[in-house]
Amino acid sequence: MLLPETYKKLAGEGLWHNNVVFGQNLALCPLLAVTGTATNGLGMGLATLVVLVCSNGLVSLNRHLIPAEVRIPVFVLLIAALVTLVDMTMNAWLHEMHKVLGLFIPLIVTNCAILGRAESYASKNPVVLSLWDGLMMGFGFTLVLVLLGAVREIISSGTLFANASLLLGESLAFLETTLIPDYKGFLLTALPPGGFIALGFIIAGKRLVDRRFAARTIRETAGQALTES
Amino acid sequence: MLTIKPSSGPHTGSAIGVGSIMRQVIYALLPATAFGLYLFGWPAVNLLLVTLFASLAFEALCLKLAGKPAIPALKDGSALLTGWLLAMTLPPWAPWWIGVLGAGIAIVLGKQVYGGLGQNLFNPAMLARVVLLISFPLEMTTWADVTPWLTESAPGFYEGLTITFTGLSNPDAVTGATLLGHVKTEWLQKHPLSESLSDFGTLNMWLGMARGSLGETSALLLFAGGMWLLLKKIITWPIPISMLASVAVISGLFHFFDPERYLSPVMHLGSGALMCAAFFIATDYVTSPNTPLGQIIFGSLCGLLIYMIRTWGGYPEGAGFAILLMNSLTPLIDHYIRPRIQGRDRRGRPLEEKMIKGER
Repeated sequence: MLLPETYKKLAGEGLWHNNVVFGQNLALCPLLAVTGTATNGLGMGLATLVVLVCSNGLVSLNRHLIPAEVRIPVFVLLIAALVTLVDMTMNAWLHEMHKVLGLFIPLIVTNCAILGRAESYASKNPVVLSLWDGLMMGFGFTLVLVLLGAVREIISSGTLFANASLLLGESLAFLETTLIPDYKGFLLTALPPGGFIALGFIIAGKRLVDRRFAARTIRETAGQALTES
Repeated sequence: MLTIKPSSGPHTGSAIGVGSIMRQVIYALLPATAFGLYLFGWPAVNLLLVTLFASLAFEALCLKLAGKPAIPALKDGSALLTGWLLAMTLPPWAPWWIGVLGAGIAIVLGKQVYGGLGQNLFNPAMLARVVLLISFPLEMTTWADVTPWLTESAPGFYEGLTITFTGLSNPDAVTGATLLGHVKTEWLQKHPLSESLSDFGTLNMWLGMARGSLGETSALLLFAGGMWLLLKKIITWPIPISMLASVAVISGLFHFFDPERYLSPVMHLGSGALMCAAFFIATDYVTSPNTPLGQIIFGSLCGLLIYMIRTWGGYPEGAGFAILLMNSLTPLIDHYIRPRIQGRDRRGRPLEEKMIKGER
């Protein structure tokens, strides 16, 4: 897929470099609270993704109308309206998922990542770019939620995407797998401290990858400089 | 946890280094450990060896990943001591993977991710024990019967290997409750202490002829080891004495008013992990306060928490939780209670000039 340079850069920022969790360390509350299983992480991630894309779009569309002095309250009102819609929609069509995620769906309103994107990107950029930014940031967040949920679920109970059909619909039944049969379970990772510990290791892993890449880039540029001279 | 960097000036080297301190502590642990091995036989030997070996292996692995030289750090014995303390607090017939996983948690999660020796916030051995207890309640509360070496009921060498590496086949026949656990479950059924304590003798409990963790059963031998450390000036008195005293005083008060509900101080001091925790775990230099007053506060609050968890909590023993909670308070205690700086009073104000002149 050929994308213009701006879109590629936005995608890189959202998915990796400036990822909501990895880069900005935002939205840790829902992250740690709902990632007991990969399924819950996926549900929460998708809900946040929808809110993020819509809020970025709406904020960008109205960015010339909103007075700068009261922009934050207006953003919050927009986001609150969107979250209410998502909350009611999930309650109607994904009722089981809604029961599991519970309070954390309405609390997307206070997810600082969404207000952050509205303030720092959507309020200054055209609509299509803002929608794309919201999509990429949302995807990045969803990826981390699913990754952390998967790690915690595998270690704590030896399964992956358990109850996916129950929570997200019959079409996702193929995701349900039992990786380690007769696994006794490692309860700590399902508890809140396990969330913190797993997140710490995942962030450390991301830093390690970044450092490897940086070292390789330095070597390559140095090599080029040598051959050129 | 001192964060002050030494400035210029005369500094003298100490004759005792990390290595010799760790060695002395291990010597002090030897009597209680040997007694535990005698009581619980080959499975306990296997568990101790597995845990020690795993601790050293994890330490070496972490140091290699961090790009630091492994041999000097392994030689100082700190990883060995962590593994040793952890093994002492495990149920003696626990399966091998409890020891390996515990060693991994203690060394990797409890120590090396913070930056290695001296940087950790929590006592690594206690951290590992609490993680294991929360995650594997069944394995961590299966207490083997006392089956001293060379008696008929003692498991042989091959049977020991089977118990450690494949698990117990008939757990109900060879295990039972510890004193603290028994008292707790009996009280939930409204049985008074005079009934529930009839199977347990006070003398046997102090000597250590009772079910319990690998090296924690004998309060007397642990006390002796602790006294030796005090004599050698490896540890100082404030933490262990304030911890034991606070448990004794609080339990004495409650026991005096309702002896059918609350255990006596003799029972509290002689059972569970208290003696081991007071002398060997709470006194960890890295995770306890620096000043004597701070250490007394630390020790007495540890004792209070242990008593509260034992008496009203969900678990029969609370030494691990109490020490972790107090470890997290250590930086706060050190912030408010500081040693007096040379030439200043306790509040940090300079001493008046005539006082300094008078001193000359």
